[in-house]
Amino acid sequence: MKSVDTLSGDHPLDMILSLAATNLLSPIILCFVLGVVAALARSDLSFPEAVAKGMSLYLLFAIGFKGGASIADHGVDARLLASLLAGVVLSAGLPFVAFGLLRVVTKLSVLDAAAVAAHYGSISIVTFVAATSILQAQGIASEGYMVAVAAAMEAPAIVSALWLLSRTGSDARSMDSALMREILLNGSIVLLVGSFAIGWITGNDGLREIAPFITAPFKGVLCLFLLDMGLVAGRGLMRAKGVISGRVVLFGLMMPLIGASAGLLAASLLGLSLGGTVLLMTLSASASYIAVPAAMRVALPEANPAVYLTLSLGITFPFNLVLGIPLYVAVASAVMGG
Amino acid sequence: MKMHDAKRIEIIIEAIMERRLTDILIAAGVTGFSVLPVKGGSGRTGQWSRAGQISRAEGMVAVVCLIKPERLDILLEAIFPVLDRHIGVVNITDAKVLRVEMF
Repeated sequence: MKSVDTLSGDHPLDMILSLAATNLLSPIILCFVLGVVAALARSDLSFPEAVAKGMSLYLLFAIGFKGGASIADHGVDARLLASLLAGVVLSAGLPFVAFGLLRVVTKLSVLDAAAVAAHYGSISIVTFVAATSILQAQGIASEGYMVAVAAAMEAPAIVSALWLLSRTGSDARSMDSALMREILLNGSIVLLVGSFAIGWITGNDGLREIAPFITAPFKGVLCLFLLDMGLVAGRGLMRAKGVISGRVVLFGLMMPLIGASAGLLAASLLGLSLGGTVLLMTLSASASYIAVPAAMRVALPEANPAVYLTLSLGITFPFNLVLGIPLYVAVASAVMGG
Repeated sequence: MKMHDAKRIEIIIEAIMERRLTDILIAAGVTGFSVLPVKGGSGRTGQWSRAGQISRAEGMVAVVCLIKPERLDILLEAIFPVLDRHIGVVNITDAKVLRVEMF
């Protein structure tokens, strides 16, 4: 596999294409493609819900633990707190951009636009996991605390979207304590932050103890999980025929690039490494499909889930996975002179 | 053997609303109920399945309880605010139970 060092002298476009080609032929992407193809071909291939949930728990635990152990190894600096703050600001701010863009570019209702906007301010942890895997394959190091930044970016977008709706006089459910608890203490965040803390406390000794479980099988589990994601995305796309327009699809391809640009700007101000910059770009470019859809079903039950789930999982997730991440690596390398 | 009249209430509701619904049932004095998983189905927005899903956003659960007939209206009024804006179905059937003191 071509590493980023050998790519750095290439023309940026060559670099993007080379990274995209390498990425496309990686097992994780090919597994995702297999899932989409199987779904579109109406195969009966499927994972039981419990297996899919088990794999997602494993991936969250592994990525959180490794991030925490990395912090224990390298120590904490002021940049960690600044990065967390930047993550919160990006998550809270991006829904306003997404909402404005949706209202200008598409004919979605205010309610649907706000629900979609919340997804694009929040993050997709699986896209983040895939990005860390791709960075590792390219030999690019990143700050371990980016896992904590990912966790911090889950919830603020939901608050922004509900605030946006309250300003338009729409009938959204108020942010009561039960909803706030569900958002802040949803299983993904608790496991990610919890395993991060355990990794931080136990450090590299702890990591060595469980490495055979969380390091060696990681990519294989990620492959299977992305196969499942491909199946879910493919079936979602088939169900969504006629639900989302070409302009809405265009939004699903434009918004990641806007989010990644904002992430790049924030990472430059923070002085993150190349890997950290790519991860912040990826987080800002991704759209939630675990925490936010559930919160939207509670807070905005009248918003159409087919619109936001199809956009998030059927359009933006594959875009980021196949083209977006290589693009963000190339752009960050070019900007940082990597 | 003597049988007693009861009402069987079956509520199929979005999984994300399960806790809110069961909290209301308990507050209304219905301490006996069962929550059953729903694997998939079809509604106004088309077919859906829980296969391979990791988000709770699309799933449904079935909550089943048996109550004395005279408590039906009070219970329906209590649960209505939770059900009002959400996808779901409530159906009530006449039932017979053996041990009326349990309900």
